[in-house]
Amino acid sequence: MMLADALRARPSGFDETFALIDGLDDALIHGLARIDEERAAALESIAAAFTGSPLAGRVADSIGKIVAGTVTDEHLAVLAGARSALTGALHDALLTPLDEALGRVREPWAAPAAPPPAGQLLAGGRSWLRELAIAGWRGVDHELAGGGAQAVQALLADPAGRRAAVLLDGFGAELRSAAPVATLDRVPVRRWADLWSRAVLLTQDTFPAPETTPADGRLLLLGVDLHEHPTVFRAQAHGLLETPGGQVRLVRAGVAAAKVDTISGPSAWRMLAAFPVFRAALAEKRAVEVTGMPLTSTGDLLWDETRAVPGEPVDPFAVARVRLGGVTAASTAPLDRHPAVIAEPVLLEGWTAGPESFELGGVTLAVDTDRLPEAGPLTPALVAAATACIGLLRWDAGRWAVQPLAVQSVVRKKPVVAHTGDWALGPTDAKAAKAEAAAGTAVDVLRERAGRLLRK
Amino acid sequence: MTSEGVAYERRSAAPVIAPVRPRKLAKVPFVELAEGRLQGVVSSGSDVERVYVSSITSGDHGLSCNTNNNRPCGGLGGGTYACNHLRALADAAVAQYGLDRVSRYLKATLPDDSDNLWAGLHTTTAPNRAAEVFSGFLRHLAYLEVPPTSDPLPELHWFPAAGAVR
Ligand SMILES: [Zn+2]
Repeated sequence: MMLADALRARPSGFDETFALIDGLDDALIHGLARIDEERAAALESIAAAFTGSPLAGRVADSIGKIVAGTVTDEHLAVLAGARSALTGALHDALLTPLDEALGRVREPWAAPAAPPPAGQLLAGGRSWLRELAIAGWRGVDHELAGGGAQAVQALLADPAGRRAAVLLDGFGAELRSAAPVATLDRVPVRRWADLWSRAVLLTQDTFPAPETTPADGRLLLLGVDLHEHPTVFRAQAHGLLETPGGQVRLVRAGVAAAKVDTISGPSAWRMLAAFPVFRAALAEKRAVEVTGMPLTSTGDLLWDETRAVPGEPVDPFAVARVRLGGVTAASTAPLDRHPAVIAEPVLLEGWTAGPESFELGGVTLAVDTDRLPEAGPLTPALVAAATACIGLLRWDAGRWAVQPLAVQSVVRKKPVVAHTGDWALGPTDAKAAKAEAAAGTAVDVLRERAGRLLRK
Repeated sequence: MTSEGVAYERRSAAPVIAPVRPRKLAKVPFVELAEGRLQGVVSSGSDVERVYVSSITSGDHGLSCNTNNNRPCGGLGGGTYACNHLRALADAAVAQYGLDRVSRYLKATLPDDSDNLWAGLHTTTAPNRAAEVFSGFLRHLAYLEVPPTSDPLPELHWFPAAGAVR
């Protein structure tokens, strides 16, 4: 199978599954306290879709109770679980042909999940999520939008609560910025249903943590994807781990820092000061020798600077050309599967440039220019002038798109190479460096204020 | 297939929060549009230990300004004529969020072609909210003390880093 075929493929049952999800999502617009006949029918068709599955009884019972007006945490957890099973099926239907086209070996999910961490902090988050579901997005006012703040503060204080805290905080910030939602022009229906249902699952006391094993080998970086919301900045590298046993594994390694909204763009890298080896490897394109670094069953290296030694510079394009074909990749954790978490590294060459797209073997692959961060040097113009691209294949808005992580371009007849991580140690471009120096004082000002005011 | 055919409503990565614009923080370290108010913290010109906590309510345009020790601001004096702190707060908010977003949040109707937020505000007095706003500022600062993490955080795929307006 060619990549173009995989990008063109429309798995069977795909639209029907999305129709079920859309029905659930639409019920959350006006809330579960007011379910009209149309919404009730949409929810009941979800229950019908689970007929014959192990979840059938619980899904039918919970949806029946919700439609009848009893909205408990337990029923909502089952509803979110049903949605997650549907998005999981879509995830697999998209990824399987892609793996086949890329020659990527996907390890089956076999890892026994580690026991969940203690969850006494999660109840506050659950009750806010229940209130949101009952009120619906259109019922979110300033007070309800801010209702998760205490739960976030409690979760942030506990490292085991970080994942839930980061999600609830990002979701809450969006609701606060949109409140009162009743007067909003357009509601991001799928997005908020995604965030809500993942938050419901994450705040269950039984949510499993992925298991880890110590990993050794040489990590060759392909590129870095940057993530941000008002209170977090995260750099997530994609790379290949050459193990002493001769295996080449596709892995990710990410480091995240808490921040505030006024710290953004290139100066956000300053918040990752605790990770000099990680940042230097990105900025200088160095291989990294890792020893005993925890690797999760989901293919995530839990980055530990004391277990990483920078090595020789290695060109990510050379790595992608020589080693990316036929790599072994980990599976997504079952409850995490969703089309929006697909981010498969690929090397693209030999396309015909279209408007913000690559024409590739008869398929138009959109370039996701919304994912070209200010914290790096990639611009739409550089991508438009590119002849080779390392990127992440993503699926959203009804189509595949590529998020460039690095490009080889020709600008004024000269070859130019740009990577998202080029500015990991600060901008290399004089104009951007000057702007970063000015913006970077924000970090110093806030730290000074924190020093004076927080410890009173 | 392009994204134009697909509604904002059916996108997982639909953008919701416009990226804030960079601004100098020394004078006004904290501004937010929250709880139905434009609110924030303004550094005192004379005393590094003191800050003013200022706010303007949405709709009523109620003004409030007090020190972090809950003393009323002499400049505002409980009146409806904005003190320098409130003016600095509004300037910082416009710099950070843009005039459109601030005036929409405050329900301020600006005269045509005006770029002065105050021209659209019919100010009244508002209750003192200094304690709430100041504790919000302390929570804001506390983020800088949260340790970094290497947790995989899969939900961050929904939150791509802010792009530049190039
Ligand atoms: Zn004042």
